[in-house]
Amino acid sequence: MWTTTNQNKEQLSILHDRDVIICRNRIKEVAVKIGMGIVNQTKLITAVSELARNMLIYAGGGNVIVEVVARGREQGVKIVFEDKGPGIQDIAKAMQDGFTTGKSMGMGLPGAKRLVSEFNIESTVGKGTTIKIVKWKNG
Amino acid sequence: MERIPILKMGKFLLVTIQVDLYDRLALTLEEDLIQMVHKTGARGVLIDISALSIVDSFMGKIIGNIAAMSSILDAETVVVGMQPAVAITLIELGLPLSGVHTALNVERGMALLAARMPEETDSEDVDDD
Repeated sequence: MWTTTNQNKEQLSILHDRDVIICRNRIKEVAVKIGMGIVNQTKLITAVSELARNMLIYAGGGNVIVEVVARGREQGVKIVFEDKGPGIQDIAKAMQDGFTTGKSMGMGLPGAKRLVSEFNIESTVGKGTTIKIVKWKNG
Repeated sequence: MERIPILKMGKFLLVTIQVDLYDRLALTLEEDLIQMVHKTGARGVLIDISALSIVDSFMGKIIGNIAAMSSILDAETVVVGMQPAVAITLIELGLPLSGVHTALNVERGMALLAARMPEETDSEDVDDD
């Protein structure tokens, strides 16, 4: 279940496929709350679905942290996906369309990146992967 | 266990997805649908996704699988009712849903399927001739 870590951050553990749906629904609520339009909401939630599922498939699960951020007058939703999985050996390769280690279609990472405003990935083999995304309300 | 109901309408099967599917449920639907195509000899499968708020790569793969498997069993698949925002997102995600017919709503989907098999109208009644 979601826990509030401080005033505007929320955290959820992704351990089962149903958690991905709970995660999507909550992030949709957050996006609606800041007045994000339906197309950007849909892009954001689709990216979240890809990244949350990746954590589940490749790392056996992980944590999702959501917060509302501001840049001048514009608001956005920032989401961090943290796992302690095997890490990604070759990030450049993983970011290519159609590249997969065999468990998916290879659309997850590059597709998610195209759907959000900001995308940052850090991974250490044997330690885990952290992906940070931001979707600006009008971005 | 939860299941998505599959309705038989003449030669076609109709599936209306009313909830966002978690992965296990989507896989169960894929399996059930193929079994139903085989059992009923359906010539077409209509999947109504108007209530889905997103279609991600997993759901896209399931839809593609259903179309490919149905095709081997001589049935065509039409996906109907996709929300505009979902369509925009699918293209940006990089999922063209190739091999899957689409239609605006169930009515048009039915018409599309019927139009693709005109020579078979009434064939059910003339089997013994």
